[in-house]
Order: sequence, then C-alpha cells, then structure tokens
Amino acid sequence: MSLTDLTLSELHDKLRTKELSSVEVTRAYLERIAAHNAALNIYLTERPVEALRDAEAADRRIAAGEAAPLTGIPLALKDLLVTEGIRTTCGSKLLENFIPPYNGTAVHKLRDSSAVLLGKLNMDEFGMGSSNENSAFGPCRNPWDRERVAGGSSGGSAACIAARLAAASLGTDTGGSIRQPASHCGAVGLKPTYGRVSRYGVVAYASSLDQVGPVTRTVEDSALLLQTIAGYDRADSTSIDCPVPDYRAALRNDLKGVRVGLPKEYFIDGLDPEVQRTVASAIDVLRDLGAEIVHVSLPHTDYAVACYYLIATAEASSNLARYDGVRYGRRVTGEGGLIEMYNRTRGAGFGDEVKRRIMLGTYALSSGYYDAYYLKAQKVRTLIRQDFLDVFAQVDVLATPVAPTPAFRLGEKGADPLQMYLSDIFTIPVNLAGTCGLSLPCGFAAGKLPIGLQLIGKPFGEDALLGVGHAYQQATDWHKQQAEL
Amino acid sequence: MNSEYEVVIGLEVHVQLTTATKIFCGCSTAFGNAPNAQTCPVCLGLPGALPVLNRQVVENAIRTGLATDCRIAPRSIFARKNYFYPDLPKGYQISQFELPICEHGHLDIPLDDGTSKRIGITRIHMEEDAGKLQHGETPATADSSFVDLNRACTPLLEIVSEPDMRSADEAITYLKKLHQMVKALQVCDGNMEQGSFRCDANVSIRPWGQAELGTRAELKNINSFRFIKQAIEYEVERQADVLESGGKVIQETRLFDSTSGTTRSMRGKEEAHDYRYFPDPDLVPLVIDADWIERVRDALPELPEAKRARFVRDYGIPAYDAGVLTQNHEVSSYFDTTVAAGADPKQASNWIMGEVQRRLNDAGSEISAAPVDPAMLAGMLKRIADKTISGKIAKTVFDEMWKSGTDADTIIEAKGLKQVTDSGAIEAIINDVIANNAPQVADYRAGKEQLLGFFVGQVMKASKGKANPAAVNDMLKKKLQE
Repeated sequence: MSLTDLTLSELHDKLRTKELSSVEVTRAYLERIAAHNAALNIYLTERPVEALRDAEAADRRIAAGEAAPLTGIPLALKDLLVTEGIRTTCGSKLLENFIPPYNGTAVHKLRDSSAVLLGKLNMDEFGMGSSNENSAFGPCRNPWDRERVAGGSSGGSAACIAARLAAASLGTDTGGSIRQPASHCGAVGLKPTYGRVSRYGVVAYASSLDQVGPVTRTVEDSALLLQTIAGYDRADSTSIDCPVPDYRAALRNDLKGVRVGLPKEYFIDGLDPEVQRTVASAIDVLRDLGAEIVHVSLPHTDYAVACYYLIATAEASSNLARYDGVRYGRRVTGEGGLIEMYNRTRGAGFGDEVKRRIMLGTYALSSGYYDAYYLKAQKVRTLIRQDFLDVFAQVDVLATPVAPTPAFRLGEKGADPLQMYLSDIFTIPVNLAGTCGLSLPCGFAAGKLPIGLQLIGKPFGEDALLGVGHAYQQATDWHKQQAEL
Repeated sequence: MNSEYEVVIGLEVHVQLTTATKIFCGCSTAFGNAPNAQTCPVCLGLPGALPVLNRQVVENAIRTGLATDCRIAPRSIFARKNYFYPDLPKGYQISQFELPICEHGHLDIPLDDGTSKRIGITRIHMEEDAGKLQHGETPATADSSFVDLNRACTPLLEIVSEPDMRSADEAITYLKKLHQMVKALQVCDGNMEQGSFRCDANVSIRPWGQAELGTRAELKNINSFRFIKQAIEYEVERQADVLESGGKVIQETRLFDSTSGTTRSMRGKEEAHDYRYFPDPDLVPLVIDADWIERVRDALPELPEAKRARFVRDYGIPAYDAGVLTQNHEVSSYFDTTVAAGADPKQASNWIMGEVQRRLNDAGSEISAAPVDPAMLAGMLKRIADKTISGKIAKTVFDEMWKSGTDADTIIEAKGLKQVTDSGAIEAIINDVIANNAPQVADYRAGKEQLLGFFVGQVMKASKGKANPAAVNDMLKKKLQE
C-alpha cells in the first residue's frame, strides 16, 4: 500500500505514533503531483517548496506532542478560498495574479492545525459551471476517464481525491459544486448546512447559497475534516451559533431505527438507467442495514433550477461588481476613460458563462423586473425549504441520485447552457433549502464511471448524514476503488 | 423671489456617526490619516471579505430615531445599492432600502411669527460611506486619480424629510435644528467642513393653490448653511424662469457651485441609475427588541428644546436667554454647571452670553477651551452676590481669571480688590471729594441733580473702584443736602 492511499484517520495515527513523518507523506504527494498534474490539470498553483516547509513545521509540532487531528496531513484547496500570500485565481483570468493579503476562516483553521497545504485546485470560473470547462486555465480532467469532465465547479477538489493528489480537499458548493464532481470522480463530498462553516474568505458567487465543505475518500475523513472547519464565526454574520457535535462519534455501523425517505420527484424518467439501477441497489443496502425506507414527496422540486438561476445570478451580478480593475486583479487600459476601462477589463477578464450569469442576474434585479423574477424566486425558495422541513418530520435522511448521468464527455454540453444547468437538478434544492447533503460513491456505470448516492439531512443534521454514510461504507467497498492513472 | 410660485423643499441629510470604528469592520474612523492607512479586507472590498454590523451604529440610529419621534422598526434590512465608481470598492453600497430602521418621525421648527411648524421625517436609515478620489496635482500625475479608502465604510445616517418646507429660511431652520440635535445626542460631531453633516435638497415650485407637486431638482454637494440657502434661492429663481419662459422643469441632479452661487446639471433622469437594490445576503435582518429601544430611550440626553423649557421654568431666565444658551450643547452645559456651582442664573446667563462669548469670539475658540471654567465663573459671581466686589471690579477680576486661570478669590485677595463697605472710610473720601469740588457742589445744591453721577464717579475713582456703589450713593445724597 502506498502512502498516498492512506485515509486521514490512518495518516493521523501513523503521524502521531511517528511511524511516518509529514515530510515523507508530503513528498509522496508532491511526487505524484509532479508525475500526473500536467495530464489532469488538477492544480492551478502548486507549492512544492512551501508544502515541505509546512510538513517540517508539522513534524516539529508532532514531536512536541501537540498534534491536532489534521497536523501534517497534505491537503489542497479549491482556488476560491482566499489564502494569504498564495495566488487565488477563482479560475479567472481577472484574478490570474491576485495574491490575497489574508486567510479566510476555514483556511485559517487548517493552518492553525498545521495541515500541509499542497496547492490550489482547478475550478469553474468563480464557481460557475458543472464541468470545470469554464476554468480560464483549461478543464480539469476526470482521473477515471481523461476525456470526460471531472464535474464542477469544484472539479479539482474531487479529481485530486480520485487521482490521489491530496489526502483530502476543500471545495465550495452553491448548487451542487462539491457533490456533483464528487459523484463523477468517486469521492465523498459534503455540502454542510448554510451557516455551519464560515464563508469569511470564500470568494462569493451567490452569498445566500455558498458553503464550504470537505471532499475526501471516506465518510469518516469527511467527519474529521468537517470537525476542524465547522463552527460559528463572528466575521461571517450568516454563520450560525449552533454547537458543533462530535462528528466521528456519530459514525455508526448499522441503520436500525433510521428512516430513509425517497422523494418521488428525484426518481424521474430522464434519469440515466445505470444511475437509476445503481442508486436503487444502494438503497437496498441501506434497507439491509436496518433502515426503514419511506416514500415521500418534495412537491416544489420542479421549480428549483429556475429559482436557483434567478437568485444565484442576481447575487452574482452584485458580488462580481468589485472586479473592476481599480484596486487589484487584472486591468486592461487603453483609449477612453473610466467606463471604457471597466468595459475592457471585465470584457477581457471574465469568461462567457460568468458574463452570461452577470447579465441574467442584472436583468432579474432591474427595476420593473425585480418583483416578477427575484422576489418571486425568493418566495419559491421559501416553499422549497418548507418542503424539506415537512419531509424531515417523517424521515431522518433522504436518499437520491446526485446527478442524472455519470460524467459526460468534455465538450459534450458546452454548446447548451440549459443542458448543463440540468446536471445540478438534484443538488440545487439542497442549497435553496439551506440544508446539508452528502455525495458518496455507490457504484459504476459501464466503462468504470463512478456514480454517487446523495444523502440529504435536516439543517445541522450533518452528524446523522455522516452516520448513515459511514454505515453504508462499512457494508460496501465502492469508495476503495481506485482510478488507474 | 418670484411670488407667483410656492416653493417646496425636502431635505436629505447625511450625518456621519461618531463611532470609533467603521460600520462593517473594525477600522478607525479618525479623520486626516495617511491615505488608505485605515483599511482592511472588508472596507477594501477584497474578494471573500464579509461585513459585520457595528452595534454602536444601530444604537446611534435608534437615538436619532427616538429624538425625532420615529417608529423604530423591530426588523430592518440592509440592502445593496449597485453602481460602479472607483471610490466604491465593492461595486455596491450597503444601505437600507425597503425596511429602514426608523420611519414616520418629525421635527418641530420655530417660525418667525412665534408659532412652530412640524416637518415630517420620512425615514432614517444606516449606510456606509464611500472613499475619496483625489486627482493628480503634479505634472507627472495630472492624468491620474488616486483612491483613498479611509472613509470607505464610515457609518452614516441618512435622514430624509417630507417635502414640508416652503422657503429656504425654513430649510435652514430645520437643518440648524437637526444639526444641534445630532450634536446634543452625541451621535455626530457636526463638523460641516469635514463633511460630517451634509445635505442634498430636493427643490420644486408650483403655482399657489396647486395640490400636486412640481418636478423637483436634487441639489447636491452643499456643505454650509449659507450655501444651502444660496443654492435653494438660486434654484427657485431658475425654475421660475424656466416656467415663465414656457419651459418645463426636468427631474435631474444639480451640483451647487459655491464660487458662482449657481447650480448646474449633473445628470438627467434619462441617465438615472437603476441601482438594482436587493437585500444584502451577507447580513441577516436586524432585529431590535423593545427592551433595547427602552434602554436607549432612558439614556437619551436632554434635547435643546427640553433644555430651553427647563432653563425658563427652573432658573427663571428669559426665554431669549434660554434660546441663546441652548443653541450649542457645550454652552448649555457650561451654563448648567455654572448655576449648579452656586451662581445666580440670570447673572450667569448675562456673563456667558456677554463676556465669555465675546472673548471666545475674539479668540475664535470653543467654550470647552475657555480658560475660565464654570466653577471659576460661579466663584466670581458669588463674590458679586455677597457684595465682596462690585460688578465693575468683577470685569477686572474676570480679565485676570481669563489671563491667568486663577480663581476669583485668589485674585481679589492678591490685588486687594475687596469692596470697601466701611462707612467711615467712605465718608472720609466723600468729604474730600466735596471739599475739592466746590463749584459742582454749589451747582448740585442749586438744583442740578444730574451731577450726582459725577460725584459717585469721583468717589469710586478715589477708592480705586472698591467702594460699595450703593453705599456711596446713599451717603453722597445725604452729605450734599447738608
């Protein structure tokens, strides 16, 4: 077994007992990155020298007997998380050379625990996309099939797990951006409840939907990573002061007494047959583990995608206004005055999908359209959230597919934004409801394309989700399958 | 002014709050530091930074709302006002739009005829200020502009009145009253030069008797009471001219130019911004419970109007005096403290409005910097009251106190200024004066009684001002009739 195959908890134990040093493990990852990143385009920024320095510091901390759960463990971050002194591009040309002067809260917590930072990961520009093809630095490739997408927007965060180029990573999820790529890459991706993890230092796409979460090999690793980054943060007014449970203590081996709901709106005709079959067998496993399967309904599901593309784009149109070339990032100068500078900078700096969403959102907020679009969407959002709250009176978790299909081919949906938007049809409602969702590997489509099972929990019910997910992983070995590089 | 039209004015006042830190971050709000020295990721609008509301800003907004009889919203919302400008780092200003913190208040202003008029306050909301642009001043930088974000994210209250004012004078009265009030509330330092209290005026005219309002122009960039009056008066004339010549007033923003005293068009309605307001998803709704409002109400300082009434009622000073003393919060406190230290209220009022104010004006300084503090003034006034010194000698004592900062008793003692009340000593001086001024004595006795003043003056002079004037008067009359 290679060093890069170890899970977080295995690594932690071996580092703490000094069976391994962080420098050894870090070196193993750096070698793999050097060997495979060019072909996969997972890392946008690598830190070979600095990561080793991090590892040395971690080893000293371990030697002093002060190891925290993530001390010395090599991690990587979606390039949307602000890192002090480390280029943070958001997958955009506009921020190609932007080096932030501060760390976001989640990053700060990782640095505080002396985790090793391997680098920053590829993504769709500003989190806008479902395939990573909207990265200004080229698409990240799926380690299971390089001609296919890794999913998005946190494509790099999921692909680095499949390719063993990091022990774990952080992504962000606005409409499925952690769960969908995790599903396509055979990783475990958790979108925590809105307010569970601070958004301070997470470059905003859609502020009322964005949430940071772990992408890992196992559910147990997800619990470990979430434990470190979760919690109330004064610097984020939307983070919620709700106690953080011991997530590892919530892991379980059977599902006796657990009620699992199957929302009928998520098992529709358009679903890929292999996804349908795979998710159905995953549900059988849950039943075998003792879960009670309950058929439920989330009646407003049909409106979720439309609602999302009004709210998310409206917020994005405002959030992205700061990239004007005045204070930081790229500035394109030339003839004319201020307005021309704005136009040139934003025209050259943003990619097509970002421009499309800024225009959509600007329209939705415009005087005369606000009530019909933005306000109406907010009302629909309330109904969608209520659907979930109602259902959680009957069941503990919901089980659904993550995406309607396995990873599609690069370029396959590029011409049709609407087709692309529909790949998030099962994940978007969770963000609108502000609750939590977990994506975990549950099988493969022919040709070895991973398929994910989505478990959805009640607000702040991450412990229950992780509990069910862990029991599933104890009974299956999908998460142990490895992509051949 | 053209009397065919009725003038209608509504005012939007931006009040910069005196909190130590900014509205959404911990940076200092101090004025005059090196450019961008007071900035952080939040007020620079860096990617990923988030606003956190300053509680003191809310408290100050509640104070102002209560002082203007507003309804304080139990739940209010921050909204983003979206527009591009280099001094606006996020590309939007965090303000309040649909649910402001205060609504439906009023301020009563005194009119010349002695009555008062109620000016409605539509709303008061909290918002952040923008930064400042500086244009290059050297040949090398002539084409450049520089952005200073020290002021970005500084807390402001915008106080919006109803269009209830009918003349420039009413507008000025309202503004002055509001200015006094926010200073008395200690929510704003009132410094107009530094932009702590600035005003936009919405001005329109309509034929007398017409119910519907005329088209308004919004006058911006006015930073003194005098300029506001000038700007409004110019604008009223301009609109009247437009109407007279058969034209139509267009809705637009006009900039006041203080050098020419005129207004000029900045942007018309056709270019009007669509600010695309929407609730800021980075901030949660602001919930204010009734307890908080009551705690703020209990801690409200006495406002000028209440203070004026109290001075008349409790101290028995004339309404005029009370009005003058309460125009300025520091002056009224000075007066209050002086009386509390044992001074006669009317005497204290005379001296503060007279000698104290005159000297401050000469020195161009504020009462808080006066070398004679209320205790010292009261100490001197008590010596007048107990006849230790005369009012005339008091001027000398006051002069000395102002120069040296020493108290009245020390000065009286050291300079031997104690009033002479011993009748023997006064009698001796009077005898001398009568003996040395025989012709005048004869005239007086022949009926020229107005000469009494001359004799009093002579006696006071001979006593170096220390003789008790009342005693001198009595005794002189007797002696001259002998």
